[in-house]
Amino acid sequence: MTLLLRGGRVIDPSRDLDQTSNLLVVDGKIEAIGLDVEVPLGGEVFDAAGLVVAPGLVDVHTHLREPGAESAETVATGAAAAAAGGFTGICAMPNTDPVTDNQAAVGFIVKQAAAAGGARVYPIGAVSLGQRGDHLAEFGEMVGAGAVALSDDGHPVVSAHLMRTALEYAQTFGIPVADHCEEPTLASGGVMHEGVVSTRLGLKGIPAAAEEIMVARDIILAQLTGGHVHLCHMSTRGSVDLIRRAKEQGVNVSAEACPHHFTLTHDACDGYDTNAKMNPPLREAADVEAIREGLRDGTIDAIATDHAPHDYRAKQREFDDAPFGIIGLETALGLGISELVEPGLLTLPLLIARMSSVPAKLFHLPGGTLARGAPADVVVFDPAGVWTVDAASFRSKSRNTPFAGRALRGRVVRTLVGGRTVFEAPVT
Amino acid sequence: MSVADQRNALLDARAIARALQRMAHEIVDLAGSTDRLVLIGIQRRGVELAERMGGLIRAAHGAEVPRGALDITLYRDDLQTVGPRPVIGETRLPHELEGKTVVIVDDVLYTGRTVRAALQELADFGRPARVGLCVLVDRGGRELPIHADIVGERVDAGPGDRVDVLLAEVDGRDAVELVRGTPS
Amino acid sequence: MMPPPLGKDLLGLEHLTAEQIVHLLDTAEPFKEVSERAIKKVPTLRGKTIVNLFFESSTRTRISFEFAEKRLSADTVNVTTTVSSVQKGENLVDTARNLEAMRIDMVVIRHPSSGAAQFLAERINSNVINAGDGTHEHPTQALLDLLTIRDKLGRIDGVKVCICGDILHSRVARSNIWGLTKLGAEVAVCGPRSLLPRGIEDLGVTVFRRIEQAMEWADVLNVLRLQLERMDAGFIPSLREYNRVFGVTEGRMAAAAPELLVLHPGPMNRGVEIDSPVADGPQSVILHQVTNGVAVRMAVLYLLAGGRPELAEQAKAGGTE
Repeated sequence: MTLLLRGGRVIDPSRDLDQTSNLLVVDGKIEAIGLDVEVPLGGEVFDAAGLVVAPGLVDVHTHLREPGAESAETVATGAAAAAAGGFTGICAMPNTDPVTDNQAAVGFIVKQAAAAGGARVYPIGAVSLGQRGDHLAEFGEMVGAGAVALSDDGHPVVSAHLMRTALEYAQTFGIPVADHCEEPTLASGGVMHEGVVSTRLGLKGIPAAAEEIMVARDIILAQLTGGHVHLCHMSTRGSVDLIRRAKEQGVNVSAEACPHHFTLTHDACDGYDTNAKMNPPLREAADVEAIREGLRDGTIDAIATDHAPHDYRAKQREFDDAPFGIIGLETALGLGISELVEPGLLTLPLLIARMSSVPAKLFHLPGGTLARGAPADVVVFDPAGVWTVDAASFRSKSRNTPFAGRALRGRVVRTLVGGRTVFEAPVT
Repeated sequence: MSVADQRNALLDARAIARALQRMAHEIVDLAGSTDRLVLIGIQRRGVELAERMGGLIRAAHGAEVPRGALDITLYRDDLQTVGPRPVIGETRLPHELEGKTVVIVDDVLYTGRTVRAALQELADFGRPARVGLCVLVDRGGRELPIHADIVGERVDAGPGDRVDVLLAEVDGRDAVELVRGTPS
Repeated sequence: MMPPPLGKDLLGLEHLTAEQIVHLLDTAEPFKEVSERAIKKVPTLRGKTIVNLFFESSTRTRISFEFAEKRLSADTVNVTTTVSSVQKGENLVDTARNLEAMRIDMVVIRHPSSGAAQFLAERINSNVINAGDGTHEHPTQALLDLLTIRDKLGRIDGVKVCICGDILHSRVARSNIWGLTKLGAEVAVCGPRSLLPRGIEDLGVTVFRRIEQAMEWADVLNVLRLQLERMDAGFIPSLREYNRVFGVTEGRMAAAAPELLVLHPGPMNRGVEIDSPVADGPQSVILHQVTNGVAVRMAVLYLLAGGRPELAEQAKAGGTE
């Protein structure tokens, strides 16, 4: 099978490449890049003029709801939503029901992903059995079955001792421990950011300090152990400051931020919009600014979606009782271009780095590069194309997004996984 | 509001004074005496008219007739259609209505619905021996079997027309005017 | 002139204008008189069906609403349910749909979740009146507080009001802050910092750390009920200490100006936030608040029940009496 993507702007941050060129895919691998590269007889030619050709996006933080809540998302629908959003690899968090905390459970995700035929799905194993926070899960067994990282996401690893042990033990396998930073006694019962909006709405707040205390703890533990701690969905200015200082000191810490945290503030909760309820919560304008700056200067390494599907009914309730989280796979690229590239904060190659090559490298995943011989995980998108978010047209099973109706720039045209087309935009 | 609005004076200040003089006299006739008579004005211009006629009765008969005010807003049957009134006026009635002759005073009698509401409200306050109705203008157009015992002036006004009663206490001058609208 | 209509619902005071609030208070005036009549009933809402939907027990508020409804001749049904937090959400959606199907006209809702009244209002055509939602708003309580202050002082503009106690968990405090500031009062709060919400100053209020300072400054104290469970949740060390440090005590009252008015939304914890001699003393207007509660709620029901603007236009064109 041969495919030539002709005349696109080829951007590969892993090799500092940004030029108009042709890209040739042969037998599922990147074969060549160059203006003089032509397609052998019988191959398909795709006219990519005016489009960007880049390594497929990689999301290190996705919630698929299989097993346990297949009405909200399955591995297959999640992988399809990812492909439609330009992602070629996603990491599935283990907070399913039952929890992905053993070899068999990891194997199940791998098997479902293989059958799905969308983006590649990499399981993340639980840090503790049942994510209960008291007993380490079998890291070695899970890595053997395909786990790429460890996390109790959904919950923090409350015990400092357990976190320390996890960071030490994970070093054997060379994989990161991803922590959901939330000090539980401060966050307890909170449903949104603690600030003037929570005061007005009479909703219980989660102070920024609840996140920052755990960020500080994890940094100190990473320093103690030398292990790789990956900090999930950073949302506050204080967290960005802590990470920046830690990196200056050479601590083995990496961090991600979500599109909603660089786009929205707690004002979105006004009117008790349950689609603005997420954890960590939407914060204040100064926090959004700090997250953006962190993404620019590299304090925040990667953009992750924290894609959290919930079925229709779940969000149709009082704010206090609605579940946390929004879906994000199909809006992430558009938000990155509209909110970070358009205003001139990030160059397009830097955005692609934060969404592709950097996260791939952090989690040691294939992809994130257009190097010759690499699997042809490629996204082709129109950086200028404007589209309006219509939740009803999502590939995801769920519709819980606060971005419905928003006009975004940056439209995915085609997604290849291993050279195979897993998404192609309907002709408009 | 029609651009073709026309204002015709029906009564001027002197004519109103003459009419009230006659009506005050007829009220006492109706009640037989001033002994058990009570005048109750309907908010808002009925209250002023009752006050004036009370003064005229005092001048003629030397008796102070008890007065009251009734706001019928809460007894209207058109809350659904016209919505809440901007201001609900005061309702203030003499303590005892039992055995009295109550004369309800209003400025204009039209459909009869206000009087119906007033009768209903009055019944919640007591049981007068007799209730009479006295209006400055009867413009016709009744929708209920209600008639006035004492009338200052009869006017034949169409459904699109408006009869405005202006009183010095409220409006700065005394006049009754007919405003012709375009028939709907 | 009439201010812009309230709309379908009364969910809070935050989004009302000063004119709308004053109009509500003015409309309450004639209803005070109705409650003084021998026959305390007018036919205004005859044929209207009102459901008092209480997901939290509150005898006082429910009785006050019920009197208001009955004095306006509405037909009322009380639904009192306590729900476990697990069922809550589903229950409210289902309840809303069921009520709608029964063609009721108005719903008075009390619910432990902030935003529940709005949630219901967005899902049914009936008028919705918020009788307290979580720690968000309790608009009719604030209206009766405003009416009481206006009755006693003749004005609200320029009056210094301090709301005392657990502001963090108080819907009464929030509604009062909106109503008072919109009508030009100077508003302060006083309580342990652990019971004051973040950013409260941004709502335009002053913070007093000591009750003595607050009492010296204020014309009116609105003393909130201290929920006893706040002690267990670790917000304050003990009720005894709360009374010592923040209580409106007899001793503090003796040192305060003799004109200082004391309001309390009830029910009181005597000997905790307020001492009995203060609650029953000459400066307390607590029972006046209760009386005003019925009048205010009658005014709210009356103004929301009024009808359909398009018919009002027709009626004007055709000319009614």
